[in-house]
Amino acid sequence: MSTEYIEAPSHSALSDEDSGTYDEWIPSFCSRFGHEYFCEVPHEFIEDDFNLTSLAQEVPHYRKALDMILDLEDISDDEEDEEEEEEDQDMLGENGSQNSSSKRKPPIVNRSIIEHAAEQLYGLIHARYILTKQGLQSMAEKFDHKEFGICPRYHCSGMQLLPCGLSDTIGKYTVRLYCPSCQDIYLPQSSRFLCLEGAFWGTSFPGVFLKHFKELEEYVERKTKETYELKVFGFRINDRAVSGQRMKWLRQYPSTDEEWADFAKCEFETPSV
Amino acid sequence: MERSTEEHVEDESMEVGEEEAASESSEYVEMWIDVFLGRKGNEYFCDIDPEYITDRFNLINLQKSVSKFSQVVQYIVDDLDENVLESMSHSRLEQLESDARKFYGLIHARYIITIKGLQKMLDKYKDADFGRCPRVYCNYQPLLPVGLHDQPGIDCVKLYCPSCEDLYVPKSSRHSSIDGAFFGTSFPGMFLQAYPDMVPKHPTKRYVPKIFGFELHKQAQLARWQELQRLKLVERLDKLQIDMSKNGGYAT
Repeated sequence: MSTEYIEAPSHSALSDEDSGTYDEWIPSFCSRFGHEYFCEVPHEFIEDDFNLTSLAQEVPHYRKALDMILDLEDISDDEEDEEEEEEDQDMLGENGSQNSSSKRKPPIVNRSIIEHAAEQLYGLIHARYILTKQGLQSMAEKFDHKEFGICPRYHCSGMQLLPCGLSDTIGKYTVRLYCPSCQDIYLPQSSRFLCLEGAFWGTSFPGVFLKHFKELEEYVERKTKETYELKVFGFRINDRAVSGQRMKWLRQYPSTDEEWADFAKCEFETPSV
Repeated sequence: MERSTEEHVEDESMEVGEEEAASESSEYVEMWIDVFLGRKGNEYFCDIDPEYITDRFNLINLQKSVSKFSQVVQYIVDDLDENVLESMSHSRLEQLESDARKFYGLIHARYIITIKGLQKMLDKYKDADFGRCPRVYCNYQPLLPVGLHDQPGIDCVKLYCPSCEDLYVPKSSRHSSIDGAFFGTSFPGMFLQAYPDMVPKHPTKRYVPKIFGFELHKQAQLARWQELQRLKLVERLDKLQIDMSKNGGYAT
């Protein structure tokens, strides 16, 4: 912690009373436990208003939240306690530490509410940023380091996963992980990722990622398409049985000429059987 | 001196056991099987009746898997003479312990496909002791352990999902290092044959990556072709007059 603190180009006095808070909001947010899937969005991206179009309607206390993300909150720092309205104390710690007291009266908003709004806003900006060239690059680095985990499916043999959302609005689905190899989605293995908001990665991210890094698709296509079939003492189970094979199609790829002809027919719709 | 060696080993195997019975008198010690099952990482195993273990018929072809086979069997069912145990060297005791674990695993693979064993595994399955399917559309389906080989020492245990019919690697590393042969290749098949009610309805929902709401063409085409394969299977099964609205059919 201390090294980063020193390195940080801080715009505040050294008044950090080792409460575990970093100087800058974004690195501290991204390095928090359970936030390993987030990459750091550069200030320049956030400072460009065009990139934030219509986000003001999505997040409450938009202005304050934005200031908090950009570490510009020195003037509008509020105390956690809502009754606390004494103005006797002048600003001491304006750097985002919890103990600074309030100066302004009218909109007394609980600091943790702003913090929450800032997290939401950052998440939504993050979802936009990771679709940019720069963002894709930093996500690719995380992908290469297997920071999103590997596919739990045995035959995918440790393929790296990509985070994705099932909705672009907050509060609907938590984050899911897409495997480029089996083209399926999974729940994160570790429980600390199970409550992460899916909209912070967005529905388009895996698609854009695949299209941007063409070599990934090529790599996946070259992989062997092994599948598993349930057997009892080496014998397959008859289809008539209740436990007969029903999901072969899920992991199937066209192999024979006939199947490829069928595949061609599927270009725009599923033909009738 | 040898006395203390023995107690040392007992203590070691006891440290994770759930019973507090700290063998004070050494007359009463916890059963070896219970200690084994209480050990962290052994949650996938069920307990085997001592009668099953001592029935020589069940042990056919296992004799060569460990040295001093009958001693290992006696050790597992706590039937080994105290004097014999006491006269053993420390390294011999360690060898015996590791042989016993291996041997228990191999009998386990046989036991869990018997009626009694299947029943015990059913209880564990209902409690989701083997974990749940990580695939989103499988809706937390409980898994079943399976080996890819029946010979020990080749590959680790895998988990079979009866919903998507696919294989997964156990989440925790302490489970993914268990030998697959301790469950055998036939267990899930036997299990689902014995309990057809436990066969879930299979989900048909798919995920296709989208960019701003538009599906990626290549992936979407493959998904459509795979759906076609499914429809063909449904048609074939319909001709065989198999009711697809019951277990083993598709969830709508």
